Amino acid sequence: MLKQIEGSHAVAEAVALCRPEVICAYPISPQTHIVEGIGEMVKAGEVKNCEFINVESEFAAMSVAIGSSAAGARTYTATASQGLLFMVEAVYNASGLGLPIVMTVANRAIGAPINIWNDHSDSISQRDSGWIQLFAETNQEALDLHIQAFKLAEELSLPVMVCMDGFILTHAYERVDMPTQEQVDAFLPPYEPRQVLDPADPVSIGAMVGPEAFAEVRYLEHEKQMRALELIPKIADEFKTGFGRDSGGLVRGYRLDDAETVVVAMGSLLGTIKDTIDEMRAAGVKIGVLGVISFRPFPLAEVRAALKGAKRVVVVEKTFAVGIGGILATDIRTAMDGISILDYTVVAGLGGRPITKKSLHALFEKAVRDDLPDLTFLDLDWNIVNKQLERERQKRRSGPVAENILRDVGSSHVAQHS
Amino acid sequence: MSFQPVKFYQTGTFTVGNRLLSPDQRSVQANMERTNSLNSGHRACQGCGEALGARYAIDAAMHATNNQLVAVNATGCLEVFSTPYPETSWQVPWIHSLFGNAAAVATGVSAALKVKRQKAEMGDVRVVAQGGDGGTTDIGFGCLSGMFERNDDVLYICYDNGGYMNTGIQRSSATPPAARTATTMPVGPEPGNPFGQGKFVPAIAMAHEIPYVATATVADLRDLEHKVRKAMTFRGARYIHILVPCPLGWGTASHDTLKMSRLAKETGLFPVFEAERGELTHSTKVRRLLPVEEYLRPQKRFAHLFGKSPAIDTIARLQAIADKNIRKYDLLDKEAN
Repeated sequence: MLKQIEGSHAVAEAVALCRPEVICAYPISPQTHIVEGIGEMVKAGEVKNCEFINVESEFAAMSVAIGSSAAGARTYTATASQGLLFMVEAVYNASGLGLPIVMTVANRAIGAPINIWNDHSDSISQRDSGWIQLFAETNQEALDLHIQAFKLAEELSLPVMVCMDGFILTHAYERVDMPTQEQVDAFLPPYEPRQVLDPADPVSIGAMVGPEAFAEVRYLEHEKQMRALELIPKIADEFKTGFGRDSGGLVRGYRLDDAETVVVAMGSLLGTIKDTIDEMRAAGVKIGVLGVISFRPFPLAEVRAALKGAKRVVVVEKTFAVGIGGILATDIRTAMDGISILDYTVVAGLGGRPITKKSLHALFEKAVRDDLPDLTFLDLDWNIVNKQLERERQKRRSGPVAENILRDVGSSHVAQHS
Repeated sequence: MSFQPVKFYQTGTFTVGNRLLSPDQRSVQANMERTNSLNSGHRACQGCGEALGARYAIDAAMHATNNQLVAVNATGCLEVFSTPYPETSWQVPWIHSLFGNAAAVATGVSAALKVKRQKAEMGDVRVVAQGGDGGTTDIGFGCLSGMFERNDDVLYICYDNGGYMNTGIQRSSATPPAARTATTMPVGPEPGNPFGQGKFVPAIAMAHEIPYVATATVADLRDLEHKVRKAMTFRGARYIHILVPCPLGWGTASHDTLKMSRLAKETGLFPVFEAERGELTHSTKVRRLLPVEEYLRPQKRFAHLFGKSPAIDTIARLQAIADKNIRKYDLLDKEAN
């Protein structure tokens, strides 16, 4: 059924259609509307046989999820940013124990400085946690990926993060096609756990493992993710059969045929990039874009196949590894190992800085001319950066960086408007 | 003692044979059908109070639930000595996740089991969470308080040996004042753990007004069994805090574990009581009041108090704590003493 609703509410309805049994959450922007939506549906009795638990922290949220999943319940939670970091110990534990929890990450920056707006720093920080990470481009895809995520998680006995851009997707009202309960039931069978806490067949879960077996247990986690590389496209195909639309998969190319320049990105940014590319194509530039949907497992072969005919790759990412630069770009370079392609890393959109078509246009024009440095910070205000650097050179007690910069931004703003 | 008409100490010992009792009064451990939930072969130290407490507590909980029980364990001695991969001593469905989240994991298990019960996929299965004092009073305290506050259907058992014994005897917020640990060494002007710090979690549990709170020691295992069984008659959050001597950490003889537990109670340093919805409902009276010195002297962690010049002032401060407990928890039977 077509609906004009908020992204968060679309996800809430999709999760409800998956017949979750335990939902636990702690509020953090911009995730709140999702759990509020589900909470209301549970309380109203629209979601049957489901426990909704308001926990006291994100660490408790993931811990409750671990307990309920181990006891055989289909389990869902959602978080973002600082919340994800606060639960990290339990995030690793959930994947180590092989528990198929599904969690939405409403992507948001990590402080300090504290910032509630969107970038991908939160979920990317968990790239080695053993969780599968799927990035949604639109609200429709976010909705669809949740339905696919439960199937994927439960088939592999591995947790899945569905990552959607905070505010840009979570708070945007868009048209979505909401599936029916019958469609979802036909696609997603009831959860059959591989391991469960059951008095009829008592097992111990979470034993102390020493050097004699630890590496094997960890390897098997990797093996599951390698299997996910086959399963993710298969589930996307099944989804298409049942729901009639393309959603999910490992990567998605756009205007890649004969493209000499390929832009790589994840999430909602792909929309703006596609618009920019359409304009450049119209002007005769051979440029296309590759969207990475599955960040973990990372589809090395698919990325390599998509990029191998290109002359240059521009990775635009909403993350930043301080001290080296790109994170997605590093994985892309691994995929291109042995192929001679120029590659550029662009760090963009940190802390919610808008990524405009105008900026992308200028960026891609430069890239096409091979006039880009290896690492670019899109739309970085060098005046402000240099002013702070100068301040630090001048004065030992130069004060807190963020507050100084805000003052500079404020005064330049006043100067412009006076 | 509403549940126990026979006074065991009347025989002159604490170990009355079950043959003197009617079958319904016999202990779970004396039952032929006891479950041996924490089975033999585990790797606890000789004289481990925690192993003893856990064995009795979980068997009693199994008995009370007709073996329909799931156990959740915090990281710590109990977890490490009971499940060295690929072995396990647990004869119950058992999960260990992390050090600080046992209460929250138990909440999750309980929620899942409730849904399974609603869907008629399972019968009435109950949940016990357990951890040491570090996992309970320190790192797991946030999750514990959350579980209490929501009144989740979980019995949480804390085995309190007064420190981080698994990592080499460091101080916890349950370490008694003046005690030596690896991080509160008996040096400086105030040797050992400082006075005026630490927390008594049973009192904090009472402040949450949860259905049932109790303390117990491994000296009185019948009392411990009784309290676990009683706890399982309630729905909602319940808390039992068991004092479990650690021969390694306390510097006591392994054959003195029960004696040390008894002395902790008989000096008033560890009050044994029950509370319902925040109100004290029963105190186990001190049978023959002893000075705290009797409890302190056999323990090497207090040895610095009894050198060439005994730390009389410090011992007096510890005695004052015992005296306060006696008043606060009404531990003295006025007629008997």
